[in-house]
Amino acid sequence: MTAMQKLLQLPVNAVNMVKTVQSQVQGQEEDKSPVLTPDSGQQAWYSALQPDELRHLRSGGTGGGGGGGGGGGDQEERAPLEEGGGSGGGSSFQTQPLRHDDLKEMLDSNKDSLKLEAMKRIVAMIARGKNASDLFPAVVKNVACKNIEVKKLVYVYLVRYAEEQQDLALLSISTFQRGLKDPNQLIRASALRVLSSIRVTIIVPIMMLAIKEAASDMSPYVRKTAAHAIPKLYSLDPEQKDQLIEVIEKLLADKTTLVAGSVVMAFEEVCPERIDLIHKNYRKLCNLLIDVEEWGQVVIINMLTRYARTQFLNPNINESLLEEGGSGDKTFYGSDEDEDEDEEEKEKKAEVAAMAKRKPYVMDPDHRLLLRNTKPLLQSRNAAVVMAVAQLYFHLAPKAEVGVIAKALVRLLRSHSEVQYVVLQNVATMSIKRRGMFEPYLKSFYIRSTDPTQIKVLKLEVLTNLANETNISTILREFQTYIKSMDKDFVAATIQAIGRCATNISEVRDTCLNGLVQLLSNRDELVVAESVVVIKKLLQMQPEKHSDIIKHMAKLTDNIQVPMARASILWLIGEYCEHVPKIAPDVLRKMAKSFTNEEDIVKLQIINLAAKLYLTNSKQTKLLTQYVLNLAKYDQNYDIRDRARFIRQLIVPTEKSGALSKYAKKLFLALKPAPVLESPFKDRDHFQLGSLSHLLNAKAGGYQELPDWPEAAPDPSVRNVEVPEWTKCSSREKRKEKKVEKPFYTDSEGESGPTESADSESDSATGSESSSGSEESGSGSESEESKEASESEEEEEEEEEEEKKKKKKDLKKPVQESESEQSSEEEERKHQRKSKPRKSESESESDEDEESESESSQSESEDSESEAEVKKKKKPAESKPPPKPVKKESKKEKKEMSLLDLDDFEPAPSPQVTPVNTFLSNSLVTDLEGLSLSDSVLSPATIAPSSTLKSYELLHRITGEGLSVEYCFSRQPFSPDANMVAVQMQFTNNASSDTKNLHIEDVKLQSGMRVKEFPEIELLPAGETATAVMGIDFCDSTQAANFQLCTHTRKFFVSIQPPVGELMRPVFLTENEFKKEQGQLMGMNEITEKLTLDVKCRNEHTIVQRVTTAANLSRVPCGSDKECSPPLPPPDHPVHRFAGRTVTSGSLVLVTVATKEEGAAQLTVNCEKMVIGTMLVKDILQALTQ
Amino acid sequence: MNHSQGFLKDIQISCLVVGWLLSNTASIILSFRVWGGQSMTDSAPSWFFYSAEMIHSLFLINHLGDIFLEKHWKSVISRSVCDYFFEAREKAVDPENVPPVLQTPHHYLISIYRGKLFFLSVIQTEVPPLFVIEFLHRVADTFQDYFGECSESVISDNLVIVYELLEEMLDNGFPLATESNVLKEMIRPPNILRSVVNTLTGGSNVGETLPQGQLSNIPWRRAGVKYANNEAYFDVTEEIDAIVDKSGTTVSAEIQGVIEACVKLSGMPDLTMSFMNPRLLDDVSFHPCVRFRRWESERVLSFIPPDGNFTLMTYHISSQNLVAIPVYVKQSINFFEAGSCGRLDITIGPKQTMGKTVEDLKVTIHMPKAVLNANLTATQGNYTYDCTTKMLVWDIGKLNPQKLPNLRGSLSMQTGVPNPEENPSLNIDLKIQQLAISGLKVSRLDMYGEKYKPFKGVKYVTKAGKFQVRT
Repeated sequence: MTAMQKLLQLPVNAVNMVKTVQSQVQGQEEDKSPVLTPDSGQQAWYSALQPDELRHLRSGGTGGGGGGGGGGGDQEERAPLEEGGGSGGGSSFQTQPLRHDDLKEMLDSNKDSLKLEAMKRIVAMIARGKNASDLFPAVVKNVACKNIEVKKLVYVYLVRYAEEQQDLALLSISTFQRGLKDPNQLIRASALRVLSSIRVTIIVPIMMLAIKEAASDMSPYVRKTAAHAIPKLYSLDPEQKDQLIEVIEKLLADKTTLVAGSVVMAFEEVCPERIDLIHKNYRKLCNLLIDVEEWGQVVIINMLTRYARTQFLNPNINESLLEEGGSGDKTFYGSDEDEDEDEEEKEKKAEVAAMAKRKPYVMDPDHRLLLRNTKPLLQSRNAAVVMAVAQLYFHLAPKAEVGVIAKALVRLLRSHSEVQYVVLQNVATMSIKRRGMFEPYLKSFYIRSTDPTQIKVLKLEVLTNLANETNISTILREFQTYIKSMDKDFVAATIQAIGRCATNISEVRDTCLNGLVQLLSNRDELVVAESVVVIKKLLQMQPEKHSDIIKHMAKLTDNIQVPMARASILWLIGEYCEHVPKIAPDVLRKMAKSFTNEEDIVKLQIINLAAKLYLTNSKQTKLLTQYVLNLAKYDQNYDIRDRARFIRQLIVPTEKSGALSKYAKKLFLALKPAPVLESPFKDRDHFQLGSLSHLLNAKAGGYQELPDWPEAAPDPSVRNVEVPEWTKCSSREKRKEKKVEKPFYTDSEGESGPTESADSESDSATGSESSSGSEESGSGSESEESKEASESEEEEEEEEEEEKKKKKKDLKKPVQESESEQSSEEEERKHQRKSKPRKSESESESDEDEESESESSQSESEDSESEAEVKKKKKPAESKPPPKPVKKESKKEKKEMSLLDLDDFEPAPSPQVTPVNTFLSNSLVTDLEGLSLSDSVLSPATIAPSSTLKSYELLHRITGEGLSVEYCFSRQPFSPDANMVAVQMQFTNNASSDTKNLHIEDVKLQSGMRVKEFPEIELLPAGETATAVMGIDFCDSTQAANFQLCTHTRKFFVSIQPPVGELMRPVFLTENEFKKEQGQLMGMNEITEKLTLDVKCRNEHTIVQRVTTAANLSRVPCGSDKECSPPLPPPDHPVHRFAGRTVTSGSLVLVTVATKEEGAAQLTVNCEKMVIGTMLVKDILQALTQ
Repeated sequence: MNHSQGFLKDIQISCLVVGWLLSNTASIILSFRVWGGQSMTDSAPSWFFYSAEMIHSLFLINHLGDIFLEKHWKSVISRSVCDYFFEAREKAVDPENVPPVLQTPHHYLISIYRGKLFFLSVIQTEVPPLFVIEFLHRVADTFQDYFGECSESVISDNLVIVYELLEEMLDNGFPLATESNVLKEMIRPPNILRSVVNTLTGGSNVGETLPQGQLSNIPWRRAGVKYANNEAYFDVTEEIDAIVDKSGTTVSAEIQGVIEACVKLSGMPDLTMSFMNPRLLDDVSFHPCVRFRRWESERVLSFIPPDGNFTLMTYHISSQNLVAIPVYVKQSINFFEAGSCGRLDITIGPKQTMGKTVEDLKVTIHMPKAVLNANLTATQGNYTYDCTTKMLVWDIGKLNPQKLPNLRGSLSMQTGVPNPEENPSLNIDLKIQQLAISGLKVSRLDMYGEKYKPFKGVKYVTKAGKFQVRT
């Protein structure tokens, strides 16, 4: 310490001292001796050197003469590396010392420009990986240079070489120490940054001090730098861990977004096991997340995933229990099904009752908070952030909500190929566990011939994982094109994939097998070989049927040279020799002939074949077997010799041979289990997705295991924050606190058990609306209290908010109303929080004073936020609280399986929402408001979910004896027949026993109509849901298609009657085309109706939405003529046009909605088919006016 | 060939030996430290000494396999670590097929391939691979932004600026400043005028004033922006990714849209952009400046723009929606067993062009290896066939609906080689001006927070993305 202090007091340009040190240091030639570890400094090098080399270096150093730059010895080493670098041009080693002298001179000069030039050349040397360490003394003097660029370059140099020249590096420390006290925050920060980057052990105490000071700096930027410095110091000296944890703890409490990412990064590096430090900051981190810079977001999300795994309960844990419960309640449902609402309510009550008994799963509100706050980040432009959120949802979200990530992941597939590579790996793992999630995006995984091979193979993997009975035909068709590819590795992978599809989906096994057999005549040997291997595996499943294939393959032995394929064929023939009794001995004969020239694996299989034939057909093959075994006896490979010896003893009975030979037949010809073709990505999800370890499928250094869910949730109150003044978290937290502190606040709370209260808290205000009146009043009074404390300006804000709220309310349909309203509100609030500090920042000059001001303003806005929350809570109490959303909410939280009961729920009148979508978490519902576009993935296993699909009931649970079926018109082209309307059916088995052999029989149709049935569903286990698509050609009429739906026990008469709007498919027309077509469909073909638009339906997109929901039409883009001009405001009374064609006859259907003043409008439908036109007018009219 | 491989192996072995020696010395030092310090209380696993950064080192490698730049954020890692990469590179044949993540005994190598350069980063501990990949691409983007292109020559010419940039972008292996606006305040991009002035006066590229960008909550915008002409331009570009099969039916089609903005507005403008038909936008991702919540609730883009060029948003219209395909292709490519020749006949016509003309039409075909040469006639445009890369490029230009362009003729094949089984697929490039094929339209752009009236403009372009016709 004393020595160091002395050093620090030295003048910066202590040239004399530098000179003497220099000659000692010269020897450190680093170029040829790359250092692998951070710790090999000077000493490391010396101890690693051979003694005579050392001598050589020393003599060189002295011989080269004092200040003369490099010694002779190391110059020789450097010379070849220096060539071509820098400006020297044709340099030889004589010029080397000169050139460095040159640089030194420049550095010593008074001119900044010369210094700069020298530094630039030195940095260029470093960049090219050349050694510039002998310039250290000359460079370090310039650390105090006034010129910023020189200074920066000196920093670059220092950080690079300080470790090697520790003593000299100390000369610069005082400069940085001075910098740490600078009034300018940026200078303070950069001083700390460089100081902490200098890896010199002796300055650890100084660094520690500097970090501690910076951690309490006024400027958040300096605090951020302090957070960055923590891992640097830790890697330099792990003994500082305890002190560093203190600093981390302090910084974790920081409220600024700037610091959050960096400190969590430090936390992850230094003490990832200290999960307890996160408790108090958990909610804050969740709330700050969206404003943190993108790299920080990744780190925080990954950390929070681990945290949540230790603190919350598995949201999917009660699934099986709930299924039981669902079927148990069945009689209850049966008793009253008259009104949906009623039933919903009772259902909920019944659930609650059942829950209470069963100790139900209730999602911790903090768990929900995390899920809700990360979701918008799926829209990030940064692939790493999207991936981080995706893995968080995959590991933490309830099954029903995981689907939201699929869309974002599919989007990433458009990105750089490296990104694709990583994303596809993760999608492959996910698609095994949650196939339904990616099924709608099947086409996005189709392969292009221009994709790199590794991407192709991964896409193939995903396609294979996604294959099921409904889509296998399209997938196989794709595979067929892939097999012709020029990329042979890819073709091989495709053949493997076909094999896997064949094993997994029994319906297509024969088709696949036939296809593969055809490939056996392929010209490319690799293709044939791969097919043989796959066929072998497939045949093992049912060999009896396919003896002709085995024969065919026996013939191939003449041509195929690939060892693996030959071995496979031989094994097959041996294994199933009784199916090909004539051919097998002949094959053995041929093989015996070529035995010596075969590869080892083939030889082994020849021996196997011989042994098996000997056992079954010894008359014909005895001599051949003897011959083969004799050949093998003298083989070069000891494995083969051993095998021959072993087999001879086993099969040829001699006096010596023991009991074993009796069992030889059993040993050799035992029935072998068919191989299971599994995805290599199976079970990879025990690694945290998105991690390096997952990608490599091996634990990488420093990987933090993803913990298993706890059995019982740890105490959630640890996340409560004591000082509520500034907490920016939602009032939920506050409420919770109050609960903890004053349990007497409301009586009901005391009474209701812990689950009950958790439930009521569960998601913002809904809980309080729902459960009990007493609690409501409690929260009401609470809000009044805090309202008084509020400031007027914030109230203004709130008023605005309320106005918005009202507007929204008008627009929204009741079911959605409270849920979405509240969440949107919350989001608005967040948005405000986000924008407000921004504004204040932007006005300020960003001096420290302003800094603190902006901070305070932030906390102010946070206050206002909680205010808003309180107010909101109050509001529902005043206005009539709609009962329905409440149910929804709680229902969703407790039981996502209630999805299955949906069919009892009449589709809501508004086109915006389908029942399926109302099941999304409340955060999802936010997406639905306005436009329900994004969450289509949620409904399980749908092929073409478009959120505007209405579902209809085909078979009720009661009449179906536990089997319920609902159908919707998926609005997808039905691929087997373009003239058919695709009807997507969703079967749900609510009964307690499995349903088998679901199929269609006895189709009764009007003339001309046709039906393409869905493939039979073999098994629908209890509680499961399955989807199938059938096609119906309705002949452009609304006649119903009647048929019987059969299970293995019963038949149900059902019928499907299409609304007229589903009998068409959208076509794309431009405005001009539209007008032209319309001109030809006048007179009788035109039907016009005047109407008054519904109040809720006067803006553009509701009209568009309602029309497109009522009928499968596409919007005609309007005003496509005035492109390049600056955007014009839309005309006051826009005209909306839609176009489509009927499915069967392809007649044009043109719809025009012209709006006028005060909601008046005119609806025109032009269609050749007048009946359709009339009906369509009626339907659209209804959609627009209700 | 064999010779050189053997040689390579030798080198690798010697590298391994050196590595082994060094790791030995390292452990010596380690133990030395333990004695020197008080006592090791923590039983830290060995990797603790190596860890504590995300990206350890970066190597830039050109297509010949030369390392022309290296940067270490902590201690120096030997270049020899790249040998593992070179090995994988050799195995992969195509640079695109090099696995982005490689495992070596002591390190993990994560690389990206951009502009014929490999950006190879060395890491030592667990880190999300996408994090590194995304960052490396950001580095490449920054180079592109600064120097106009991202190539070896340009990087070598600007080595010092590159080094300064890397220094700012990453601190101890963790990304620090990646916003181009912040970086440009600290390190000025080179331009001819300034470099002339600099050489005369000894000035520098480093900003004179300290940047404020990092300090604000709007890190993407610098303060005190002033323009004489305030203008904001938006380019809506849509790319059609499609696979069309032999019979002309669309197997899959998606639209990938991007809105690029060039905003030159003074002060702190707060912009709001709304669309005629936001319902079209299926899946979106935003520049960090866009307020998520506002989009979710009102479907408008509300943002304080960065200064200059940036990507406002990208969107995706998935294969579930109806996508208009602007052209159709009639093709027949046949290879005859006898005579070792083939015939090719391609005609392109307009399909759903919304009344606009298709421009810059180009067809690229990657022919099978057996095709030696092509003897074709084009009714419009001209074609080239590169015998080494087997690329047939037919540059058509503007599509004339009255007289459809056609390319036909014979292909000469290598004799004695079996005919290729697969017909090559056609990749199509095209451009349609003043049209967003999805029908997306910007309805208005409003500005708040500033008093002046800016000039606003929107331009639409449709292009073919990965547009492939199978034959």
